[in-house]
Amino acid sequence: MKPLHSSFKITVALLFSSQLSFAAADSSPNYLLYSLIGVGTIALIYAIISLADNMMQIEAKNQGADTSENDYSIFPSFSSLFKPKAGDHVDPKRLVSLKQGHDIKLVGGANAEHTIANTAKHYAIKPTNFRGMAPIPKISAAAGDHVNAGDALMFDKSNPDVIYAAPVSGEVIEIKRGAKRAITEVIIKADKDVTFKENSVPNLESTSREDLVKFLLETGGWAHLNQRPFDVIPSQEVTPKNIFVSTFATGPNAPDLNAIVSGNEAVFQKGLDALSKLTDGQVYLGLDGRKGHTSHAAYSGATGVVSNYFAGKHPSGNVGIQIHHTAPINTGDVVWTLRVQDVIIIGRLFMTGAYDTRTKVALTGAEVNNGYVETYLGASVAELIGPNLKNEHVRVISGDVLSGEPIPQDGYLNQKTSQITVLAEGDNHELFGWLLPLKPRPSVSPTFPTYIMSNHEFEVDTNTHGEKRAFVVTGAYEKVLPMDIYPQHLMKAILANDFENMEGLGILELSEEDLALCEFICPSKSPIQSILRDGLDTMRDQM
Amino acid sequence: MGLVDFFKKIEPDKKKSPVLHTFYDAVYTFALAPDSTTGPKGTQIKDGMDLKRLMVHVVIAMQLCYLFGTYNIGHQHFTAAGQYLGFIEGFHLKLAHGLILMLPIFIVTHIVGLGIEIIFAAKKGHAVEEGFLVSGALIPLIMPPDIPLWILAVAVAFAVILGKEAFGGTGMNIWNVALLARVFIFFAYPTTISGDTVWVSGFDGLAAETTASYGWAHDMFNTIFGWLGLDGFNAANTMVVDGYTGATPLALAYQGGWEGATAVYSPSQMFWGTIPGSIGETSKPLILIGALFLIITKIASWRIMLSMLIGGVVGAMVLNGWGATPFMEVPWYYQFWMGSFFFAMAFMATDPVTAASTNTGKWWYGFLIGFIGMIIRVINPAYPEGWMLAILFMNTFAPLIDHYVLQSNISKRLKRA
Repeated sequence: MKPLHSSFKITVALLFSSQLSFAAADSSPNYLLYSLIGVGTIALIYAIISLADNMMQIEAKNQGADTSENDYSIFPSFSSLFKPKAGDHVDPKRLVSLKQGHDIKLVGGANAEHTIANTAKHYAIKPTNFRGMAPIPKISAAAGDHVNAGDALMFDKSNPDVIYAAPVSGEVIEIKRGAKRAITEVIIKADKDVTFKENSVPNLESTSREDLVKFLLETGGWAHLNQRPFDVIPSQEVTPKNIFVSTFATGPNAPDLNAIVSGNEAVFQKGLDALSKLTDGQVYLGLDGRKGHTSHAAYSGATGVVSNYFAGKHPSGNVGIQIHHTAPINTGDVVWTLRVQDVIIIGRLFMTGAYDTRTKVALTGAEVNNGYVETYLGASVAELIGPNLKNEHVRVISGDVLSGEPIPQDGYLNQKTSQITVLAEGDNHELFGWLLPLKPRPSVSPTFPTYIMSNHEFEVDTNTHGEKRAFVVTGAYEKVLPMDIYPQHLMKAILANDFENMEGLGILELSEEDLALCEFICPSKSPIQSILRDGLDTMRDQM
Repeated sequence: MGLVDFFKKIEPDKKKSPVLHTFYDAVYTFALAPDSTTGPKGTQIKDGMDLKRLMVHVVIAMQLCYLFGTYNIGHQHFTAAGQYLGFIEGFHLKLAHGLILMLPIFIVTHIVGLGIEIIFAAKKGHAVEEGFLVSGALIPLIMPPDIPLWILAVAVAFAVILGKEAFGGTGMNIWNVALLARVFIFFAYPTTISGDTVWVSGFDGLAAETTASYGWAHDMFNTIFGWLGLDGFNAANTMVVDGYTGATPLALAYQGGWEGATAVYSPSQMFWGTIPGSIGETSKPLILIGALFLIITKIASWRIMLSMLIGGVVGAMVLNGWGATPFMEVPWYYQFWMGSFFFAMAFMATDPVTAASTNTGKWWYGFLIGFIGMIIRVINPAYPEGWMLAILFMNTFAPLIDHYVLQSNISKRLKRA
């Protein structure tokens, strides 16, 4: 490829020189001619040097020199100039540099050193958190019953082997129903001291895969697995091709996963060991390779896994992006993805037999006192953040601002979240706000003066900053999606119900969180994540 | 928020008068950014960029062309009469004459275009889309100054109804709306938009000794200038000088090559744009400032601009090599001194809706516009300039280019499996 490249340069140089003679025939030599001669000379010299340079590289390659550290070229390669800087701790051979993406910097990040006491007394499990479950699950505990953490609270009617366990011990006080009698929440009033259902721990070395699966199904650990494509609770019949875990989060004010794993190093490794028994392929870890960040020893030193470093802006920490760059999902493939928190919960199951869902949750956003609180899954938001709220007119989001879900202030945290974001509502008009906003607002567009201040932290609200329109802008979505996928064309294929193109354009590799940035930047304010989910649902129905 | 209350008070009834309500809504959302918040699904915050801001930045990029174009209408008028030959001599007269012609064109374009948009939006029950902000700003710049207003109105109506609304509105159209308006006039009323005599305003034809035809607006300005003690418009004194043709550099170069063009206009005149032509397309540096603005703000695709430039250069070099006519022998770099290449590059080819939508596709799309446009300009005697037709032609093929780019992405994915 490279010699071809330089011959092209020579051709260009020759073209220039042929034109020079033409220009010289012109009656009056002028500055244009001189500048053309200058450019031509520089191009010619560059062509000669780069030819020699390429030959040197070819020679180095033929000699079998190690080109990973130094590519034996006097020029920096074009892509390395624009590659995001990786940290010093990174092994360059295992590094994936991602150019596309965008970090949204917001006021209200949580500091790992600032911990807040857990004031939550009520916990809930929400059937709507588990995708792939039949709409109305069977409840196995009645109101008034006392349950231990790990006791089955409900199970899926279409797949009764999968149980959904109580996150804490206590009294089941209410089974809330919503529209069409669908169960929305099963609420538990927690005991002062959480007691756990006792499970006999299988020996990882000697137990068969079937028995490990059975153990996970019975103990409630199964609900912590996530299957890609479609982001659903996996079927116990299918063995995943690979298992992926991302060990860093890049979203806006994302919780520090290094802080979450510290103190849980042993159970995390235990969880990985268990997972590697459950797949025929590999367990892949995505490590933080960004400059200025480090990867916790529990991650970089994990054994029995294949780990790769990823450097780049958000969404480089998304597991979907990492899958795309390590072992992409093809049609028919099934892989599992787990969050670090889920690996820890499964690790605890295999370590002690207890379904212990203790996890650190980051309180983020400008409208709440920031910090980490250690609590159990499904904690009551009002009790957790009540004393820490700064304002009344706010929106509470279970998760981050990009793919989190707003929950009522008296609601409960979603299952798969370690972050609560509290934002001001943006339901106010602004005079010519679209042209001259009073307050800086985050944007990828250089039309905003804050574009050049890359470290500015924005105070955001939930205003849409515009109305919904048809797709107009092209090429912008690709800039924030580090995958070989055309998001806009995929969206159009989904809207047209064109299955063949949906699959061909890579819908199976995507999940909502991967396209969240595309939705954020969309000047037409298209609901990209909803469209993608519709597409994924139709694809799932087809299979 | 007194303003919000005021708007709430004057809100017309949506059921009784939908068109009026749509118009009200457009003004309301223009003045006050809406108070809508993000929904229960999807991102909870949104980027500050929306289509209004995006489109207005394109309009901002054109403002220098507007200023210069308006003034140049007057400058060309007086140049034809042999008066105030210096560029800033007779400044007030040139500006007044330019405004007298420019304002009606601008107003008619917007009343017709926005009127149709509002009626269609009311019929379909959605808000007025912002696409016409740009189309409406582009159309006056690509018209000859003397264009009859009724023809302009018909052309705008044609472009907006058949070129855009028939396809579903902003974002759905296949062809560039502004160019459709121009191409409509070009084929339906060719005498008003081609030939040597249409580019200079204020005279009925450019035969020698033709006196200027001024109207009531000029009289009004004369009164004002009279109070201020300045020169006024004097129709009897203002006649086309003997030997003036009004031909554009392209028309001259078609006959006599670069020497033919430079015999009448100096290269620096062509570069700065003090030559006859469509209103906004003559001044290269001001267009390039606009183009740079669009590239820096990442609103227009630099890929299309660069590849179109490369396509134009390659096309002109090929024609240089052929060299069968005087026009083909114009050195390739001088081709960019004449005509509206840069205007088409900066504002027309980069329309994201009608251009190729994949990055690879954009390279092909731009290159082919540059190449084909240069061929049309140099070889075809019927069309004095090639960009309008080249862009519309490539608009038609942009989906095909994208199709092949997407197919290669799809087959790459299939091969991997």
